[in-house]
Amino acid sequence: MIIAVDLLKPFSYEFFRNGLIIATLAGALCGLIGVFVVLRGMSYIGHGLSHAVFGGAALAAVLNLNYFIGAGFWGLASGLMIGRVSRKRIIGADAAIGVITTASFAMGLALQARFGQAKRSIDAVLFGNVLGVFTSDILAVAGVGILSAVVIVGLYRKLLFATFDPEVAGVSGVSVPAMEAVLMVLLSATILVTVRVIGVLLISALLVLPAVTARLMTNSFGRMLWLSPVLGAIFGGVGMYISWYADVPSGAVIILAGTLVFIAAYSAVGVRRRAQLAGINHH
Amino acid sequence: MTCEHMSCSYGGAPVIEGVDLTIRQGEFVGIVGPSGSGKTTLLRAMLGSVKPVHGSVTRQAGLRLAYVPQVETVDWNFPVTVGEVVGMSRPQRLMRPKSARSELTLIEDVLERLGLGGLVQRHIRELSGGQQQRVFLARALIQKPDMLILDEPTAGVDVRTRHEVLHVLADLNESPPHGDGIAIVLTTHDLNGLASHLPRLVCFNRTVVADGSPAEVLQPYFLERTYGAPMEVLQHGGMPIVLEQGGDELRNRLNRGTAS
Repeated sequence: MIIAVDLLKPFSYEFFRNGLIIATLAGALCGLIGVFVVLRGMSYIGHGLSHAVFGGAALAAVLNLNYFIGAGFWGLASGLMIGRVSRKRIIGADAAIGVITTASFAMGLALQARFGQAKRSIDAVLFGNVLGVFTSDILAVAGVGILSAVVIVGLYRKLLFATFDPEVAGVSGVSVPAMEAVLMVLLSATILVTVRVIGVLLISALLVLPAVTARLMTNSFGRMLWLSPVLGAIFGGVGMYISWYADVPSGAVIILAGTLVFIAAYSAVGVRRRAQLAGINHH
Repeated sequence: MTCEHMSCSYGGAPVIEGVDLTIRQGEFVGIVGPSGSGKTTLLRAMLGSVKPVHGSVTRQAGLRLAYVPQVETVDWNFPVTVGEVVGMSRPQRLMRPKSARSELTLIEDVLERLGLGGLVQRHIRELSGGQQQRVFLARALIQKPDMLILDEPTAGVDVRTRHEVLHVLADLNESPPHGDGIAIVLTTHDLNGLASHLPRLVCFNRTVVADGSPAEVLQPYFLERTYGAPMEVLQHGGMPIVLEQGGDELRNRLNRGTAS
């Protein structure tokens, strides 16, 4: 009885309940968008955009602007600029991300050093602060989550076609640039609302881990699209809960929980493949 | 579909120039030429994904085109089943990505017809080379095209698979009621195994070098202009067989190398 009460103790604090809700929602949202991030090879874009958002967040903090307006505008502008520069093909997309987003990150660091009064809110973006969330943060993550789910379900086949086979999708009447823009906007919005929970330095891991783990568990795009958000939600919720007892920053525990599940799935797939090969050899 | 004096480029010098080519209803046309000769660009211009910088492509009103890319460009690790590949080209019902019963039946019928029955839940990597090629053919066919455009459908496949693919294409091209009467345009490097079997052949190197039956087109003069290398043509059972000149010399050198 004492153990049960102790295990439920964190739930008696409102800040923990809010933290658990937002970590679970953020995990699910990152898991959903992460499917496209992983399958389109956009991991580096996710990593870069989170750094770009940091620059916007720092500017918003210094100018006393709303975080979502400052960082959101900055992140979206960076995303579209990356797309535009990389489409010109003079320099590669990875180089464009390297220049644009690290410049933005450097600006954030400079502003942080120059204007100390904004340091606390900038630190929250850099390292994440799941225990300091407001109801508005939860609503923002839930809102972007619902929007993403509606857009992905509504455009499911076009997004799948444009991701799997963009050339044929284009000649079959799918506007591939429009699908890319939709995904870029969803990715920017996801990073914007979740980065204060997980932090700039760890957000790309939460975008990638649930999706790659789901990929190991299924060969179907449709199944991966629901499995990845479920895994992301589990990573977020379980990681948050463990962090209470481990007394370690929640963002780090969430990513470590996801990494452990990924390693387990990777090992299990290895065993299964070896068993299949053994079966083939046996026959 | 008619290409008139068509030139295309990707921003620099033209990749193809002054192309005049007409594909009529129900035709089966092979396009042959060396690597880098602009065959794929020609197909893309016909499909409308590359715009001509000069000249024009005119398509009959309402012409339905479907494209089968080279399977070598496919990401075989992408998590997608046979059913998902075929279904992705179909329009989606509002907020309902899963196929309705009628659509599932349609997908299964197309797969059955191409000899892929029972494979709808399989991952694409789990199929043989011939089955993989036919999955992409099924995705094109479910769009009910009037014209099918294929980029090197037999590249990298074994003789048996090439034979299978050719027979499927012949069935699709055959006039109703036995076939579908679909016009087919394909590119190939395979002069003897594929091109010489087709009713119409176009030798292509940045422009149309020759256009006619295999007997008319597979001539040393046209082949040398197309490939930039001398070639010999023999006749076997009424079929032209193309041989590279200098083959004897190469064989002798290789044999000398083995002997030493």
